[in-house]
Amino acid sequence: MARLYTEDLSIGYGERLIVKTLSVQIPDKKITTIIGSNGCGKSTLLKAMTRIISHQGGTVILDGESISKENTKVLARKMAILPQTPESASGLTVGELVSYGRFPYQSGLGRLTKKDYEAIDWALEVTGTKEFKYRPVDALSGGQRQRVWIAMALAQETEIIFLDEPTTYLDLAHQLEVLELLQKLNVEQDRKIVMVLHDLNQAARFADYMIALKDGQVVKAGRCEDVMKPDVLKKVFQIDAEIGRDPRTNKPMCITYNLAKGE
Amino acid sequence: MTNDNRRYLFGPKLVASFLVFLVMFAIAMVLGAADTSLRDVWMALTTRAAGEKMSLLREIRLPREVAAIFVGSALSVAGAIMQGMTRNPLADPGLLGLTAGANAALAITIALIPTANYLGIMVACFIGAAIGALLVFGMGSLKKGGFSPLRMVLAGSAVSAFLYAVAEGVALHFKVSKDVSMWTAGGVVGTSWSQLQIIIPFITIGIILAVILSRQLTILSLSEEGAVGLGQKTMLIKTILFIVMILLAGASVALVGNMAFIGLMIPHLVRPLVGTDYRYIIPMSAVIGAAFMLLADTLGRTVNAPYETPVVALVAVLGLPFFLFIVRKRGKSFL
Repeated sequence: MARLYTEDLSIGYGERLIVKTLSVQIPDKKITTIIGSNGCGKSTLLKAMTRIISHQGGTVILDGESISKENTKVLARKMAILPQTPESASGLTVGELVSYGRFPYQSGLGRLTKKDYEAIDWALEVTGTKEFKYRPVDALSGGQRQRVWIAMALAQETEIIFLDEPTTYLDLAHQLEVLELLQKLNVEQDRKIVMVLHDLNQAARFADYMIALKDGQVVKAGRCEDVMKPDVLKKVFQIDAEIGRDPRTNKPMCITYNLAKGE
Repeated sequence: MTNDNRRYLFGPKLVASFLVFLVMFAIAMVLGAADTSLRDVWMALTTRAAGEKMSLLREIRLPREVAAIFVGSALSVAGAIMQGMTRNPLADPGLLGLTAGANAALAITIALIPTANYLGIMVACFIGAAIGALLVFGMGSLKKGGFSPLRMVLAGSAVSAFLYAVAEGVALHFKVSKDVSMWTAGGVVGTSWSQLQIIIPFITIGIILAVILSRQLTILSLSEEGAVGLGQKTMLIKTILFIVMILLAGASVALVGNMAFIGLMIPHLVRPLVGTDYRYIIPMSAVIGAAFMLLADTLGRTVNAPYETPVVALVAVLGLPFFLFIVRKRGKSFL
Protein backbone atom coordinates (compact mmCIF):
# COMPACT_ATOMS: atom_id res chain seq x y z
CA MET A 1 0.00 0.00 0.00
CA ALA A 2 1.37 3.40 -0.97
CA ARG A 3 1.52 6.17 1.58
CA LEU A 4 -0.56 8.47 -0.57
CA TYR A 5 -3.78 7.32 -2.17
CA THR A 6 -7.34 8.39 -2.84
CA GLU A 7 -10.46 6.43 -2.01
CA ASP A 8 -13.71 6.98 -3.94
CA LEU A 9 -12.74 10.60 -4.40
CA SER A 10 -15.46 12.81 -5.88
CA ILE A 11 -14.85 16.45 -6.68
CA GLY A 12 -17.26 18.94 -8.15
CA TYR A 13 -20.21 21.15 -7.52
CA GLY A 14 -23.63 19.68 -6.72
CA GLU A 15 -24.68 17.23 -9.40
CA ARG A 16 -21.85 18.10 -11.77
CA LEU A 17 -18.92 16.03 -10.64
CA ILE A 18 -15.58 16.61 -12.34
CA VAL A 19 -13.95 13.65 -10.66
CA LYS A 20 -16.13 10.65 -9.86
CA THR A 21 -15.40 8.06 -7.16
CA LEU A 22 -11.79 7.90 -8.13
CA SER A 23 -9.44 5.56 -6.31
CA VAL A 24 -5.79 5.71 -7.19
CA GLN A 25 -2.47 5.01 -5.52
CA ILE A 26 0.56 7.25 -5.86
CA PRO A 27 3.58 4.95 -5.52
CA ASP A 28 6.29 5.99 -3.06
CA LYS A 29 9.61 7.41 -4.21
CA LYS A 30 8.51 7.47 -7.83
CA ILE A 31 7.68 10.04 -10.46
CA THR A 32 4.02 9.84 -11.33
CA THR A 33 2.49 11.70 -14.24
CA ILE A 34 -1.20 12.29 -14.76
CA ILE A 35 -2.36 12.52 -18.36
CA GLY A 36 -5.68 13.10 -20.06
CA SER A 37 -7.44 15.48 -22.43
CA ASN A 38 -8.54 18.96 -21.46
CA GLY A 39 -11.26 18.99 -18.85
CA CYS A 40 -10.73 15.36 -17.83
CA GLY A 41 -10.15 16.45 -14.24
CA LYS A 42 -6.39 15.97 -13.98
CA SER A 43 -5.67 19.41 -12.54
CA THR A 44 -8.72 19.09 -10.33
CA LEU A 45 -7.42 15.79 -8.98
CA LEU A 46 -4.04 17.35 -8.28
CA LYS A 47 -5.66 20.27 -6.47
CA ALA A 48 -7.80 17.98 -4.35
CA MET A 49 -4.83 15.83 -3.40
CA THR A 50 -3.06 18.97 -2.23
CA ARG A 51 -6.14 20.35 -0.37
CA ILE A 52 -6.27 23.47 -2.58
CA ILE A 53 -9.86 22.57 -3.36
CA SER A 54 -12.11 20.54 -1.16
CA HIS A 55 -13.74 17.32 -2.28
CA GLN A 56 -17.37 16.27 -2.10
CA GLY A 57 -16.95 12.59 -1.37
CA GLY A 58 -14.30 10.02 -0.55
CA THR A 59 -10.93 10.75 0.97
CA VAL A 60 -7.32 11.50 0.20
CA ILE A 61 -5.10 9.52 2.58
CA LEU A 62 -1.54 10.47 3.38
CA ASP A 63 0.33 8.34 5.93
CA GLY A 64 -2.90 6.85 7.17
CA GLU A 65 -4.61 10.20 7.78
CA SER A 66 -7.26 11.95 5.75
CA ILE A 67 -5.68 15.18 4.52
CA SER A 68 -8.84 17.15 5.22
CA LYS A 69 -8.39 16.37 8.91
CA GLU A 70 -4.69 17.09 8.99
CA ASN A 71 -3.30 20.45 10.12
CA THR A 72 -2.52 22.44 6.97
CA LYS A 73 0.88 23.56 8.22
CA VAL A 74 1.89 19.99 9.03
CA LEU A 75 0.82 19.00 5.54
CA ALA A 76 2.94 21.80 4.11
CA ARG A 77 5.98 20.07 5.58
CA LYS A 78 5.03 16.88 3.76
CA MET A 79 3.89 18.17 0.39
CA ALA A 80 4.81 21.16 -1.74
CA ILE A 81 2.82 22.46 -4.66
CA LEU A 82 3.89 24.29 -7.75
CA PRO A 83 0.67 25.81 -9.07
CA GLN A 84 -0.02 26.08 -12.78
CA THR A 85 1.52 29.33 -14.06
CA PRO A 86 2.30 30.86 -10.69
CA GLU A 87 1.23 34.46 -10.60
CA SER A 88 3.85 37.12 -10.96
CA ALA A 89 5.87 37.61 -7.83
CA SER A 90 5.65 41.33 -8.60
CA GLY A 91 9.21 42.25 -7.82
CA LEU A 92 10.18 39.93 -4.96
CA THR A 93 13.79 38.95 -5.28
CA VAL A 94 14.61 35.32 -5.94
CA GLY A 95 16.10 34.99 -2.47
CA GLU A 96 13.02 36.48 -0.84
CA LEU A 97 10.65 34.24 -2.77
CA VAL A 98 12.58 31.07 -2.06
CA SER A 99 12.83 31.98 1.61
CA TYR A 100 9.04 31.81 1.80
CA GLY A 101 9.39 28.10 1.18
CA ARG A 102 10.42 27.96 4.84
CA PHE A 103 7.07 29.36 5.91
CA PRO A 104 5.67 26.02 7.13
CA TYR A 105 8.53 25.74 9.62
CA GLN A 106 8.23 29.21 11.05
CA SER A 107 6.07 30.72 13.71
CA GLY A 108 5.48 34.23 14.94
CA LEU A 109 7.37 36.89 13.07
CA GLY A 110 9.39 34.26 11.28
CA ARG A 111 13.05 34.88 11.77
CA LEU A 112 15.06 32.56 9.56
CA THR A 113 17.28 30.14 11.44
CA LYS A 114 20.59 28.73 10.30
CA LYS A 115 18.79 25.60 9.16
CA ASP A 116 16.40 27.73 7.10
CA TYR A 117 19.27 29.50 5.38
CA GLU A 118 20.90 26.17 4.64
CA ALA A 119 17.72 24.85 3.07
CA ILE A 120 17.33 28.03 1.00
CA ASP A 121 20.92 27.98 -0.20
CA TRP A 122 20.69 24.32 -1.05
CA ALA A 123 17.47 24.89 -3.01
CA LEU A 124 19.06 27.76 -4.95
CA GLU A 125 22.14 25.68 -5.60
CA VAL A 126 20.44 22.56 -6.85
CA THR A 127 18.10 24.48 -9.16
CA GLY A 128 20.95 26.58 -10.51
CA THR A 129 19.33 29.83 -9.47
CA LYS A 130 21.90 30.98 -6.95
CA GLU A 131 23.32 33.57 -9.31
CA PHE A 132 19.91 35.30 -9.46
CA LYS A 133 19.49 35.48 -5.70
CA TYR A 134 19.27 39.26 -5.54
CA ARG A 135 17.40 39.77 -8.81
CA PRO A 136 13.64 40.34 -8.98
CA VAL A 137 11.81 37.23 -10.09
CA ASP A 138 9.96 39.29 -12.70
CA ALA A 139 13.19 40.11 -14.49
CA LEU A 140 13.98 36.46 -15.26
CA SER A 141 13.10 34.40 -18.32
CA GLY A 142 10.29 31.88 -18.20
CA GLY A 143 12.57 28.92 -17.66
CA GLN A 144 14.58 30.65 -14.96
CA ARG A 145 11.42 31.76 -13.22
CA GLN A 146 10.02 28.24 -13.24
CA ARG A 147 13.23 26.98 -11.66
CA VAL A 148 12.94 29.64 -8.97
CA TRP A 149 9.43 28.46 -8.11
CA ILE A 150 10.71 24.92 -7.98
CA ALA A 151 13.47 26.15 -5.67
CA MET A 152 10.81 27.57 -3.38
CA ALA A 153 9.01 24.22 -3.34
CA LEU A 154 12.34 22.52 -2.60
CA ALA A 155 13.13 24.86 0.28
CA GLN A 156 9.94 23.51 1.77
CA GLU A 157 11.87 20.23 2.21
CA THR A 158 8.92 18.01 1.57
CA GLU A 159 8.95 14.43 0.55
CA ILE A 160 6.29 14.94 -2.10
CA ILE A 161 6.23 17.65 -4.74
CA PHE A 162 3.17 18.28 -6.86
CA LEU A 163 3.46 20.19 -10.10
CA ASP A 164 0.67 21.29 -12.40
CA GLU A 165 2.00 21.46 -15.95
CA PRO A 166 5.43 22.75 -14.99
CA THR A 167 6.54 23.04 -18.61
CA THR A 168 3.77 25.28 -19.92
CA TYR A 169 5.03 28.35 -21.76
CA LEU A 170 8.59 27.07 -21.80
CA ASP A 171 10.55 26.32 -24.94
CA LEU A 172 11.89 22.83 -25.57
CA ALA A 173 15.28 23.21 -23.93
CA HIS A 174 13.79 24.79 -20.84
CA GLN A 175 11.12 22.10 -20.64
CA LEU A 176 13.80 19.43 -20.53
CA GLU A 177 15.83 21.42 -18.07
CA VAL A 178 12.93 21.50 -15.63
CA LEU A 179 12.01 17.85 -16.11
CA GLU A 180 15.58 16.68 -15.76
CA LEU A 181 15.91 18.66 -12.56
CA LEU A 182 12.85 16.89 -11.19
CA GLN A 183 14.23 13.55 -12.27
CA LYS A 184 17.50 14.29 -10.54
CA LEU A 185 15.68 15.17 -7.33
CA ASN A 186 13.77 11.94 -7.53
CA VAL A 187 16.81 9.77 -8.16
CA GLU A 188 19.22 11.47 -5.80
CA GLN A 189 16.88 12.30 -2.96
CA ASP A 190 13.96 9.95 -3.22
CA ARG A 191 11.50 12.79 -3.60
CA LYS A 192 8.12 11.65 -4.73
CA ILE A 193 7.00 13.73 -7.67
CA VAL A 194 3.45 13.94 -8.96
CA MET A 195 2.78 16.09 -11.99
CA VAL A 196 0.24 16.83 -14.62
CA LEU A 197 1.86 16.94 -18.02
CA HIS A 198 0.36 17.83 -21.35
CA ASP A 199 2.95 16.24 -23.58
CA LEU A 200 2.37 12.50 -23.78
CA ASN A 201 5.92 11.58 -24.68
CA GLN A 202 7.43 13.71 -21.96
CA ALA A 203 5.00 12.17 -19.50
CA ALA A 204 6.13 8.69 -20.48
CA ARG A 205 9.80 9.55 -20.64
CA PHE A 206 10.09 11.00 -17.18
CA ALA A 207 7.55 8.91 -15.30
CA ASP A 208 7.84 5.64 -13.46
CA TYR A 209 4.12 5.48 -13.11
CA MET A 210 1.32 6.98 -15.18
CA ILE A 211 -2.32 7.68 -14.51
CA ALA A 212 -4.58 8.19 -17.52
CA LEU A 213 -7.85 9.98 -16.82
CA LYS A 214 -11.01 10.46 -18.82
CA ASP A 215 -14.16 12.20 -17.60
CA GLY A 216 -12.91 12.19 -14.05
CA GLN A 217 -12.22 8.49 -13.91
CA VAL A 218 -9.11 6.38 -14.19
CA VAL A 219 -8.85 4.61 -17.52
CA LYS A 220 -5.55 3.03 -16.71
CA ALA A 221 -2.90 3.46 -14.04
CA GLY A 222 0.38 1.64 -14.02
CA ARG A 223 3.83 1.42 -15.51
CA CYS A 224 4.44 3.50 -18.64
CA GLU A 225 4.43 0.36 -20.76
CA ASP A 226 0.95 -0.50 -19.56
CA VAL A 227 -0.49 2.96 -20.07
CA MET A 228 1.15 3.87 -23.36
CA LYS A 229 -0.93 1.41 -25.35
CA PRO A 230 -3.07 2.06 -28.39
CA ASP A 231 -6.30 0.95 -26.73
CA VAL A 232 -5.70 3.13 -23.65
CA LEU A 233 -4.77 6.18 -25.71
CA LYS A 234 -7.78 5.64 -27.94
CA LYS A 235 -10.05 5.74 -24.93
CA VAL A 236 -8.32 8.70 -23.32
CA PHE A 237 -7.54 10.97 -26.26
CA GLN A 238 -9.67 9.53 -29.09
CA ILE A 239 -6.53 8.95 -31.10
CA ASP A 240 -5.28 6.00 -33.04
CA ALA A 241 -1.64 5.91 -31.90
CA GLU A 242 1.43 4.07 -33.06
CA ILE A 243 3.57 3.20 -30.06
CA GLY A 244 7.29 2.55 -30.31
CA ARG A 245 10.37 2.86 -28.15
CA ASP A 246 12.42 5.95 -27.62
CA PRO A 247 15.79 4.90 -29.07
CA ARG A 248 17.68 6.81 -26.39
CA THR A 249 15.76 6.14 -23.22
CA ASN A 250 13.99 2.95 -24.26
CA LYS A 251 10.77 4.38 -22.87
CA PRO A 252 7.52 3.88 -24.78
CA MET A 253 6.61 6.78 -27.01
CA CYS A 254 3.86 7.74 -29.35
CA ILE A 255 5.49 7.89 -32.77
CA THR A 256 2.54 9.07 -34.75
CA TYR A 257 -1.21 9.22 -34.44
CA ASN A 258 -4.44 9.92 -36.26
CA LEU A 259 -7.85 10.83 -35.01
CA ALA A 260 -9.63 7.66 -34.07
CA LYS A 261 -12.41 6.87 -36.55
CA GLY A 262 -15.95 5.89 -35.90
CA GLU A 263 -16.57 7.75 -32.64
CA MET B 1 19.57 45.21 -12.48
CA THR B 2 18.70 45.69 -8.87
CA ASN B 3 21.46 43.99 -7.05
CA ASP B 4 20.99 45.32 -3.56
CA ASN B 5 19.99 43.04 -0.79
CA ARG B 6 16.96 44.81 0.55
CA ARG B 7 16.79 42.65 3.62
CA TYR B 8 20.02 43.99 5.08
CA LEU B 9 19.41 47.59 4.18
CA PHE B 10 15.92 47.68 5.57
CA GLY B 11 16.92 48.75 9.09
CA PRO B 12 18.87 51.86 8.03
CA LYS B 13 16.16 52.78 5.56
CA LEU B 14 13.48 52.55 8.20
CA VAL B 15 15.55 54.69 10.56
CA ALA B 16 16.15 57.23 7.79
CA SER B 17 12.46 57.50 7.01
CA PHE B 18 11.72 57.83 10.69
CA LEU B 19 14.09 60.79 10.80
CA VAL B 20 12.31 62.32 7.81
CA PHE B 21 9.10 61.79 9.71
CA LEU B 22 10.48 63.52 12.81
CA VAL B 23 11.67 66.49 10.79
CA MET B 24 8.29 66.68 9.11
CA PHE B 25 6.62 66.58 12.50
CA ALA B 26 8.80 69.45 13.74
CA ILE B 27 8.02 71.51 10.65
CA ALA B 28 4.33 70.80 10.97
CA MET B 29 4.36 71.86 14.60
CA VAL B 30 6.30 75.07 13.99
CA LEU B 31 4.58 76.37 10.87
CA GLY B 32 1.08 77.70 10.99
CA ALA B 33 -1.18 80.69 11.38
CA ALA B 34 0.18 81.51 14.81
CA ASP B 35 3.81 82.45 15.10
CA THR B 36 5.70 79.79 16.99
CA SER B 37 9.32 78.74 17.13
CA LEU B 38 10.99 75.36 17.40
CA ARG B 39 11.82 76.31 21.00
CA ASP B 40 8.15 76.89 21.79
CA VAL B 41 7.28 73.52 20.35
CA TRP B 42 9.98 71.84 22.39
CA MET B 43 8.78 73.60 25.52
CA ALA B 44 5.18 72.69 24.86
CA LEU B 45 6.03 69.03 24.35
CA THR B 46 8.54 68.52 27.14
CA THR B 47 7.63 70.96 29.90
CA ARG B 48 4.53 72.08 31.69
CA ALA B 49 5.16 75.72 30.82
CA ALA B 50 1.89 77.66 30.61
CA GLY B 51 0.88 80.45 28.29
CA GLU B 52 -1.25 81.15 25.24
CA LYS B 53 1.26 79.76 22.79
CA MET B 54 1.74 76.66 24.87
CA SER B 55 -1.93 75.87 25.08
CA LEU B 56 -2.38 76.61 21.40
CA LEU B 57 0.36 74.16 20.58
CA ARG B 58 -0.85 71.55 23.03
CA GLU B 59 -4.58 71.77 22.53
CA ILE B 60 -4.95 72.71 18.87
CA ARG B 61 -1.90 72.00 16.82
CA LEU B 62 -0.58 68.90 18.53
CA PRO B 63 -3.83 66.90 18.40
CA ARG B 64 -4.24 67.93 14.81
CA GLU B 65 -0.81 66.69 13.84
CA VAL B 66 -1.19 63.53 15.89
CA ALA B 67 -4.38 62.90 13.97
CA ALA B 68 -2.51 63.45 10.71
CA ILE B 69 0.15 60.95 11.78
CA PHE B 70 -2.29 58.21 12.68
CA VAL B 71 -4.57 58.74 9.72
CA GLY B 72 -1.64 58.81 7.34
CA SER B 73 -0.30 55.57 8.76
CA ALA B 74 -3.69 53.91 8.93
CA LEU B 75 -4.69 54.69 5.37
CA SER B 76 -1.29 53.74 3.95
CA VAL B 77 -1.26 50.41 5.76
CA ALA B 78 -4.88 49.76 4.80
CA GLY B 79 -3.97 50.48 1.18
CA ALA B 80 -0.97 48.15 1.33
CA ILE B 81 -3.12 45.37 2.79
CA MET B 82 -5.72 45.83 0.07
CA GLN B 83 -3.13 45.82 -2.68
CA GLY B 84 -1.63 42.62 -1.32
CA MET B 85 -4.86 40.82 -0.66
CA THR B 86 -6.50 41.63 -3.98
CA ARG B 87 -3.22 41.52 -5.92
CA ASN B 88 -4.51 44.77 -7.32
CA PRO B 89 -2.02 47.63 -7.58
CA LEU B 90 -4.89 50.12 -7.80
CA ALA B 91 -6.44 49.17 -4.49
CA ASP B 92 -7.12 52.01 -2.09
CA PRO B 93 -9.70 52.32 0.69
CA GLY B 94 -11.07 55.41 -1.05
CA LEU B 95 -11.27 53.77 -4.45
CA LEU B 96 -12.78 50.46 -3.41
CA GLY B 97 -15.80 51.63 -1.49
CA LEU B 98 -14.61 51.50 2.13
CA THR B 99 -14.52 55.24 2.60
CA ALA B 100 -17.85 55.80 0.89
CA GLY B 101 -19.44 53.05 2.99
CA ALA B 102 -18.13 54.53 6.21
CA ASN B 103 -19.30 57.93 5.02
CA ALA B 104 -22.86 56.71 4.35
CA ALA B 105 -22.98 54.95 7.71
CA LEU B 106 -21.82 58.15 9.35
CA ALA B 107 -24.59 60.19 7.72
CA ILE B 108 -27.23 57.63 8.62
CA THR B 109 -26.03 57.49 12.22
CA ILE B 110 -26.00 61.26 12.62
CA ALA B 111 -29.47 61.47 11.11
CA LEU B 112 -31.13 58.65 13.02
CA ILE B 113 -29.27 58.70 16.34
CA PRO B 114 -28.34 62.34 16.92
CA THR B 115 -27.20 61.46 20.42
CA ALA B 116 -24.63 58.91 19.25
CA ASN B 117 -21.29 59.46 20.90
CA TYR B 118 -17.94 59.32 19.21
CA LEU B 119 -17.44 55.63 19.83
CA GLY B 120 -20.85 54.90 18.34
CA ILE B 121 -20.05 56.89 15.24
CA MET B 122 -16.77 55.08 14.85
CA VAL B 123 -18.44 51.69 15.12
CA ALA B 124 -20.93 52.84 12.49
CA CYS B 125 -17.98 53.76 10.29
CA PHE B 126 -16.53 50.26 10.73
CA ILE B 127 -19.80 48.66 9.69
CA GLY B 128 -20.19 51.05 6.78
CA ALA B 129 -16.67 50.42 5.55
CA ALA B 130 -17.27 46.67 5.71
CA ILE B 131 -20.52 46.95 3.75
CA GLY B 132 -18.93 49.20 1.14
CA ALA B 133 -16.01 46.81 0.67
CA LEU B 134 -18.26 43.75 0.50
CA LEU B 135 -20.44 45.44 -2.13
CA VAL B 136 -17.40 46.18 -4.29
CA PHE B 137 -15.87 42.73 -3.85
CA GLY B 138 -19.29 41.22 -4.53
CA MET B 139 -19.77 43.19 -7.73
CA GLY B 140 -16.23 42.49 -8.81
CA SER B 141 -16.70 38.76 -8.44
CA LEU B 142 -20.08 38.59 -10.22
CA LYS B 143 -18.48 38.08 -13.56
CA LYS B 144 -16.15 35.22 -14.23
CA GLY B 145 -12.52 36.18 -13.75
CA GLY B 146 -13.97 39.31 -12.22
CA PHE B 147 -11.16 40.54 -10.04
CA SER B 148 -9.30 42.40 -12.77
CA PRO B 149 -7.82 45.54 -11.26
CA LEU B 150 -9.65 48.00 -13.45
CA ARG B 151 -12.99 46.28 -13.09
CA MET B 152 -12.60 46.43 -9.34
CA VAL B 153 -11.94 50.15 -9.55
CA LEU B 154 -14.99 50.58 -11.78
CA ALA B 155 -17.11 48.62 -9.33
CA GLY B 156 -15.56 50.72 -6.59
CA SER B 157 -16.49 54.00 -8.20
CA ALA B 158 -20.03 52.80 -8.96
CA VAL B 159 -20.57 51.63 -5.39
CA SER B 160 -18.93 54.77 -4.02
CA ALA B 161 -21.14 57.01 -6.15
CA PHE B 162 -24.18 55.14 -4.89
CA LEU B 163 -23.10 55.32 -1.26
CA TYR B 164 -22.23 59.01 -1.46
CA ALA B 165 -25.67 59.60 -2.95
CA VAL B 166 -27.18 57.71 -0.02
CA ALA B 167 -25.19 59.86 2.39
CA GLU B 168 -26.26 63.06 0.65
CA GLY B 169 -29.88 61.97 0.45
CA VAL B 170 -30.03 61.05 4.11
CA ALA B 171 -28.26 64.24 5.10
CA LEU B 172 -30.64 66.38 3.05
CA HIS B 173 -33.76 64.56 4.16
CA PHE B 174 -32.92 64.78 7.83
CA LYS B 175 -31.44 68.26 7.46
CA VAL B 176 -28.12 67.25 8.92
CA SER B 177 -25.95 68.11 5.89
CA LYS B 178 -23.94 70.58 7.85
CA ASP B 179 -23.11 68.16 10.64
CA VAL B 180 -22.23 65.43 8.17
CA SER B 181 -20.03 67.61 6.03
CA MET B 182 -18.22 68.82 9.11
CA TRP B 183 -17.21 65.21 9.65
CA THR B 184 -16.46 64.26 6.12
CA ALA B 185 -14.73 67.35 4.78
CA GLY B 186 -11.48 65.44 4.83
CA GLY B 187 -9.26 67.30 7.20
CA VAL B 188 -7.76 67.11 10.62
CA VAL B 189 -9.01 70.55 11.60
CA GLY B 190 -10.43 70.71 15.07
CA THR B 191 -9.42 67.24 16.17
CA SER B 192 -9.61 67.01 19.92
CA TRP B 193 -7.75 64.86 22.39
CA SER B 194 -10.98 63.17 23.39
CA GLN B 195 -11.51 61.98 19.82
CA LEU B 196 -7.94 60.80 19.55
CA GLN B 197 -8.22 58.86 22.78
CA ILE B 198 -10.97 56.74 21.31
CA ILE B 199 -9.52 56.27 17.84
CA ILE B 200 -5.80 55.85 18.41
CA PRO B 201 -6.11 52.47 20.16
CA PHE B 202 -8.01 51.04 17.19
CA ILE B 203 -5.49 52.31 14.67
CA THR B 204 -2.58 51.14 16.81
CA ILE B 205 -4.03 47.65 17.15
CA GLY B 206 -4.73 47.62 13.42
CA ILE B 207 -1.17 48.55 12.50
CA ILE B 208 0.36 46.08 14.97
CA LEU B 209 -1.80 43.28 13.57
CA ALA B 210 -0.81 44.32 10.05
CA VAL B 211 2.88 44.09 10.94
CA ILE B 212 2.40 40.68 12.56
CA LEU B 213 0.49 39.41 9.53
CA SER B 214 2.78 40.95 6.94
CA ARG B 215 4.52 37.68 6.14
CA GLN B 216 1.18 36.01 5.61
CA LEU B 217 0.19 38.91 3.37
CA THR B 218 3.22 38.44 1.14
CA ILE B 219 2.39 34.78 0.66
CA LEU B 220 -1.21 35.63 -0.07
CA SER B 221 -0.10 38.27 -2.54
CA LEU B 222 1.79 35.65 -4.55
CA SER B 223 -1.13 33.38 -5.22
CA GLU B 224 -4.00 31.81 -3.40
CA GLU B 225 -2.90 28.27 -4.27
CA GLY B 226 0.67 28.96 -3.29
CA ALA B 227 -0.50 30.23 0.08
CA VAL B 228 -2.49 27.06 0.73
CA GLY B 229 0.46 24.97 -0.39
CA LEU B 230 2.71 26.69 2.12
CA GLY B 231 0.31 25.79 4.87
CA GLN B 232 -1.52 29.07 5.33
CA LYS B 233 -5.06 29.02 6.66
CA THR B 234 -6.10 31.38 3.90
CA MET B 235 -9.73 31.91 4.91
CA LEU B 236 -8.73 32.79 8.46
CA ILE B 237 -5.91 35.09 7.38
CA LYS B 238 -8.05 36.85 4.80
CA THR B 239 -10.81 37.39 7.33
CA ILE B 240 -8.41 38.89 9.87
CA LEU B 241 -6.77 41.08 7.24
CA PHE B 242 -10.19 42.23 6.10
CA ILE B 243 -11.08 43.19 9.67
CA VAL B 244 -7.78 45.03 10.10
CA MET B 245 -8.45 46.92 6.89
CA ILE B 246 -11.94 47.88 8.07
CA LEU B 247 -10.55 49.02 11.45
CA LEU B 248 -7.95 51.22 9.83
CA ALA B 249 -10.13 52.70 7.10
CA GLY B 250 -13.18 53.08 9.34
CA ALA B 251 -11.25 54.78 12.11
CA SER B 252 -9.68 57.14 9.58
CA VAL B 253 -13.05 58.18 8.21
CA ALA B 254 -14.38 58.71 11.71
CA LEU B 255 -11.41 60.99 12.33
CA VAL B 256 -11.01 62.93 9.10
CA GLY B 257 -13.67 61.89 6.63
CA ASN B 258 -12.87 61.14 3.02
CA MET B 259 -9.29 60.86 2.05
CA ALA B 260 -8.61 58.93 -1.12
CA PHE B 261 -5.27 58.27 -2.79
CA ILE B 262 -3.04 58.10 0.28
CA GLY B 263 -3.59 54.36 0.57
CA LEU B 264 -2.88 54.04 -3.13
CA MET B 265 0.17 56.25 -3.29
CA ILE B 266 2.21 55.48 -0.23
CA PRO B 267 2.73 51.72 -0.77
CA HIS B 268 3.77 52.49 -4.35
CA LEU B 269 6.23 55.11 -3.17
CA VAL B 270 7.58 52.64 -0.65
CA ARG B 271 8.08 49.68 -3.02
CA PRO B 272 11.03 51.14 -4.93
CA LEU B 273 12.72 51.68 -1.57
CA VAL B 274 12.20 48.33 0.11
CA GLY B 275 10.96 45.93 -2.55
CA THR B 276 7.71 44.03 -2.61
CA ASP B 277 7.90 41.97 0.53
CA TYR B 278 5.10 43.15 2.80
CA ARG B 279 7.29 42.56 5.84
CA TYR B 280 9.09 45.70 4.71
CA ILE B 281 6.24 47.49 2.94
CA ILE B 282 3.88 47.60 5.93
CA PRO B 283 6.16 49.26 8.52
CA MET B 284 7.66 51.55 5.91
CA SER B 285 4.21 52.58 4.67
CA ALA B 286 3.18 53.41 8.22
CA VAL B 287 6.14 55.78 8.66
CA ILE B 288 6.08 57.35 5.20
CA GLY B 289 2.31 57.64 5.30
CA ALA B 290 2.49 59.58 8.55
CA ALA B 291 5.20 61.89 7.16
CA PHE B 292 3.22 62.45 3.97
CA MET B 293 0.04 63.32 5.82
CA LEU B 294 1.96 65.79 7.99
CA LEU B 295 3.33 67.37 4.84
CA ALA B 296 -0.12 67.57 3.27
CA ASP B 297 -1.64 69.12 6.36
CA THR B 298 1.19 71.62 6.72
CA LEU B 299 0.79 72.63 3.08
CA GLY B 300 -2.94 72.92 3.64
CA ARG B 301 -2.34 75.36 6.45
CA THR B 302 0.36 77.42 4.77
CA VAL B 303 -0.08 77.67 0.99
CA ASN B 304 -2.96 80.07 1.29
CA ALA B 305 -2.59 81.27 4.88
CA PRO B 306 -4.46 82.41 6.82
CA TYR B 307 -7.07 80.37 4.94
CA GLU B 308 -7.08 76.60 5.13
CA THR B 309 -6.73 74.72 1.89
CA PRO B 310 -8.60 71.42 2.30
CA VAL B 311 -6.08 68.61 2.73
CA VAL B 312 -8.27 66.23 0.79
CA ALA B 313 -8.03 68.55 -2.21
CA LEU B 314 -4.26 68.75 -1.94
CA VAL B 315 -3.96 64.99 -1.69
CA ALA B 316 -6.25 64.55 -4.67
CA VAL B 317 -4.25 67.02 -6.73
CA LEU B 318 -1.14 64.99 -6.00
CA GLY B 319 -2.88 61.65 -6.11
CA LEU B 320 -4.72 61.75 -9.41
CA PRO B 321 -1.63 62.13 -11.60
CA PHE B 322 -0.09 59.38 -9.55
CA PHE B 323 -3.04 57.10 -10.20
CA LEU B 324 -2.80 57.75 -13.93
CA PHE B 325 0.94 57.12 -13.81
CA ILE B 326 0.45 53.68 -12.23
CA VAL B 327 -2.27 52.75 -14.69
CA ARG B 328 -0.02 53.77 -17.53
CA LYS B 329 3.07 52.06 -16.18
CA ARG B 330 1.41 48.74 -15.55
CA GLY B 331 -1.39 49.24 -18.01
CA LYS B 332 -1.38 46.04 -19.99
CA SER B 333 -2.12 43.72 -17.12
CA PHE B 334 -5.09 45.72 -15.91
CA LEU B 335 -7.81 44.88 -18.40
